[in-house]
Amino acid sequence: MLIAHVIGELISTHKHESHVGRKALIVQPLDLDGSKRGDAVIAFDAVDAGVGDQVLLVTEGFSAMTSVGRPQSPIDMAVVGVIDRIELDSLVRTPAARK
Amino acid sequence: MFLGRVVGTVVSTMKDAALKGQRMLIVQPLKPDLTETGKRSVLLDAVGVGPGELIYWCRGKESSFPFLPDEVPADGTIVGVVDALHMEQSS
Repeated sequence: MLIAHVIGELISTHKHESHVGRKALIVQPLDLDGSKRGDAVIAFDAVDAGVGDQVLLVTEGFSAMTSVGRPQSPIDMAVVGVIDRIELDSLVRTPAARK
Repeated sequence: MFLGRVVGTVVSTMKDAALKGQRMLIVQPLKPDLTETGKRSVLLDAVGVGPGELIYWCRGKESSFPFLPDEVPADGTIVGVVDALHMEQSS
C-alpha cells in the first residue's frame, strides 16, 4: 500500500460498466516526508474518502477489485483507508501538518 | 488507473487470435494538469474512444477482464472517457 493525498475527482459518463456508481478519485502518492512519489493516478473509492484526505492506496488488481466490490473488472487501484496519523520513530505527522 | 490522450492507432494482421477485432490505440500518459508524462504505449479499447480523446486506462491482468470470456493477451486497456477533472484548489 502507498500513502497518498486525494487531490481531485474524475468525472466520466462513457466508461466500463463495472465503474458505474463508483467515485473515481485523483490521488497523488506520497513519500513519508510528504513529498510527491511519482505522478498522480486514478483510484476508485472504497471508504468514502474525499478531496484533501490523506489515504491508503492499493495499486494491485485483486485488492482493488475486491475492496470496491467489483470482482473480475478492470480496476487496478483503490483507496482503502483514510489516514488519521502516521507515527515514525522521530516524527508524528498528521494530515493537517502536511506540506 | 492513469490519465492519457489517444494519439494514434496500430494496425496488425499477424497477431494472437484473441486480439482479432480489437482496436489498438497509442496513448500518451498525462498528469492531472494535462501535461505529458512518461512514454507512449499501445492499449486496447474496451469502451470505444475516438482520436484525441482524454481517457483513463488500467494496466495489468485486470486490463483483459473487459473482454471476458475471451482471454485477450492485454496489459493495458482504455476503460473510460474523461468528462472533467475536479481538482483541489491548491493544486
